[in-house]
Formats: sequence, structure tokens, C-alpha cells
Amino acid sequence: MAERPEDLNLPNAVITRIIKEALPEGVNVSKEARRAISQAASVFVLYATSCANNFAMKAKRKTLNAGDVMAAMEEMEFERFIQPLQEALEAYKKGQRGKKEASEQKRKDREKKADDENDRSKEDNEEHMDEEQDDGEAEEEVEN
Amino acid sequence: MSGSKEEEKVPGRSTSLPMSRVKLIMKSSPDVSHINQDALFLTTKATELFVQHLAQYSFRKGCGGESNALGYSDLAKAAEESEPFHFLTDILPKKILARDYLRSLEERSEDSD
Repeated sequence: MAERPEDLNLPNAVITRIIKEALPEGVNVSKEARRAISQAASVFVLYATSCANNFAMKAKRKTLNAGDVMAAMEEMEFERFIQPLQEALEAYKKGQRGKKEASEQKRKDREKKADDENDRSKEDNEEHMDEEQDDGEAEEEVEN
Repeated sequence: MSGSKEEEKVPGRSTSLPMSRVKLIMKSSPDVSHINQDALFLTTKATELFVQHLAQYSFRKGCGGESNALGYSDLAKAAEESEPFHFLTDILPKKILARDYLRSLEERSEDSD
């Protein structure tokens, strides 16, 4: 549980970095704007959680799952996030599964994908993510 | 929780924002009991996309294009004008001049007379 009110803020350094990377180089973001975006992000988490929770409750489940979050995005009119989220989740799951299994799966996927999909550079990106995630894995587990 | 500071960048991590912090915010909602790992990951990732999108949208639609700057008023404008960002109007109120506010107060009191 959150003990201090600051616990409900997201780390400013990370928010600032995401904003910077999203905008063209050299754009000046005022301190007030940064703080406002950070607060907006916290409110977004709460709003998404509450929407997702409604879906879980409707289905009489006590645990929020991935489908609930996706349904929440649609309800909140952030459909544009759905596809990138699906891709990120796949990559994340692969990373969690471990290196050997992931690379084996990847080979299979690649063969399949090459046949029925013309997904340009996506595979290269995924490959990268898998490799990167292996380092981060221990970190994630501690965090949970 | 790992590391001394949550702000620190962990190389090779799949999310930029710390999932532990997002989980804390999610759990602060009274009717939420359990969150599975995928749902937590997705919410964290969605928040990152949201920050990107809010910054880009506000910059594009705001007056920042000419001055090459993103200010509070651009965000308040986005909250007011864009349907998906509408839930932010409470925390991003449009700023008005004290002069205008006082005038609107006067008008209101005249109305009620």
C-alpha cells in the first residue's frame, strides 16, 4: 500500500525522458507542463485500472487480466494503443519464457511469418527485444 | 524492489516506467484486489504510450509549433478539445486571468440577483 502521497507519482526522470523522446529535438518543455503530464499519467493509470476492473467484475473475476486492460483501452478511446500493446505483450512473454525456449519459438515463428505475413522489419525488432530482455529478467522477478 | 532508486535506468528492461510503482497506483484503487502480471505489464506500457501521445498531440495542436515549446496551456487545450483526453479536464484546468475570473464572478452574482 502507498504510505506516502509521493508513492502515487511516477518517477519524474522517466516521464521527462519519455516526453523528450516523443517530441522533435530541441523542443522546450516547461516544468509546469512536465508536472502536468506526470499527474495526467497517474490519473491515466487509475482510470484504466477502474475501467479494467469493471470488465473483470462483469465477468465475476477477482483478478485483472490482459484482456481487461485491452478492453479498457477501447472503452477509453485509446484504440490506437491496442496493437502496439499486443506486440509489446508478446515480446514480454517471450522474454519471460527464457532464452532457449524463446529462440526456438522465434525460429518457428519466423518460418511461419515469412509465409503468411509480410511484416517488414518487425522481426528484427522482436529479436532485439528478446535479447535485451534476458538481462532484465532477474530484475523483473525481484520486482514482483 | 531492486536498486536504490526507482528512477534509475535498468538496461534491457522491457518497460521504462517501474512496474512496481504502477502496481502501487493500481492497488490504491479501493475495489481492485488482484492484478495479474500481464495486466500490470500492459498498464505500465499503456501509460508510456499515453505520455508519448499526450505530449505529441498537445505539441501538434498547441501553439508550441512556432515557439518550439510545450507549455501547460497546450496540455489544457488538449484535455478540453480531444475526446480521449477529456478525463484530464479536472487536473488540467484552463488557466484564466484573474481579471476575467472576477468579471465572471460579478456576472454570476448579477444573474442570481
